[in-house]
Amino acid sequence: MTRLSDNAVSRLRAVVREPDLSRTRYRLAAVAGSGGMGTVYVVEDTELRRRVALKVLDVPDPGIEARLRREAQVLARLEHPGIVPVHDVGALPDGRVFYTMKWVQGDRLDRHLSRTAPFAERLRLFLKITDPVAFAHAQGVLHRDLKPENVMVGAFGEVLVMDWGLAKVLDDADSAAARTTGESAVLGTPGFMSPEQRAGGSAGLDRRTDVYSLGALLEWMAGPDAPPPLRAIWRKATAPDRDDRYADVPALAADVTRFADGAAVSAYAEGPLRRALRVAKRHRIAIGIVLAYLAGRALIFLGTGR
Amino acid sequence: MNRIAVGILVGGALGILDGLTAWFTPEARAGILGIVFGSTIKGLLAGAIIGLFARKVSSLPWTLAFGTFIGALLASGIAFSMGKHYLEIILPGSLVGLLTGYATIRYGRAPAQQGLSAGR
Repeated sequence: MTRLSDNAVSRLRAVVREPDLSRTRYRLAAVAGSGGMGTVYVVEDTELRRRVALKVLDVPDPGIEARLRREAQVLARLEHPGIVPVHDVGALPDGRVFYTMKWVQGDRLDRHLSRTAPFAERLRLFLKITDPVAFAHAQGVLHRDLKPENVMVGAFGEVLVMDWGLAKVLDDADSAAARTTGESAVLGTPGFMSPEQRAGGSAGLDRRTDVYSLGALLEWMAGPDAPPPLRAIWRKATAPDRDDRYADVPALAADVTRFADGAAVSAYAEGPLRRALRVAKRHRIAIGIVLAYLAGRALIFLGTGR
Repeated sequence: MNRIAVGILVGGALGILDGLTAWFTPEARAGILGIVFGSTIKGLLAGAIIGLFARKVSSLPWTLAFGTFIGALLASGIAFSMGKHYLEIILPGSLVGLLTGYATIRYGRAPAQQGLSAGR
């Protein structure tokens, strides 16, 4: 009997997992990546002659299938430039559920920021992330798994919030999947998960759960050398008690925008010296021009005696 | 803010400041209000002209030179009408023009490029 090498075994496993697309309009092109629920492939849409991403479960599982279907349905109702659009949903000959979506070419946020990114660029990206999340909240959808790995940065700086597999539709009495995932299940990613998520269950979660994750994301993106007002923003966003957090994502984004503009932020009570420094920094152009005039005027005064 | 608006704002503000510095010349203190008023008008006018120039030319060196020239020209008008204090009026006036020119190019919004089909 011939023993197979580990490499050969993993290649065989990949081939076995490969979706049978023979009865669909799609042709396999490449593997884009894999996650907790399944694998994402790059496929060719033979009807429209374009490449799309196809997400499919690795193995048939009725519970996870319902979640994948629900993820597709949630995405379909969220039409926003920061949310990847779904094109199609269906089942493979072997019964596995799949859906296709726009193929986003870019980098995951964690990889994007592993290269040098200026502080202002990080804030700009963060604010772009808050946009689709706020939009989803307005449509009654919580993401519940916001983290660097679930954000894509496109080649032209566009930002897309991905992986809505754990999304919760608020006030959705018909959501079978919400029940499937279990009211006591702990869903999310440690480090970015709110205390109420860690406690388990999805009942009672609201927009402030995503505010917490965005606060944790902001802390991760800004790094340890962030100025105190920004630290105060993420501390408020990640307060253990939901009532101490920002009421919603637009309120958090507004405070980050104020910080980026050099204005006072609601989360931080600054002293007179810091306030004076902030105002001086904000109006540095005007101050610089006046100082340049005064310096020139002083030179003229010294030169002419008047 | 467009370049003309920046020019008027900076020219006006520096005009006020320029007028106020006359306080350091003892014989001018009595007429300080008139000097500040005249200097402000001069600054506003210089700012508008420099802003218009910056909008057309969009070149920092040329706008600095033009700003200095306009500042000096307008200040010369005042100095010659007074018949005294030429350097004390012309040099600060030129400085106002120079700084206004810098601000209009550096911080004023350049006019949008016209589309190729706009004129067709």
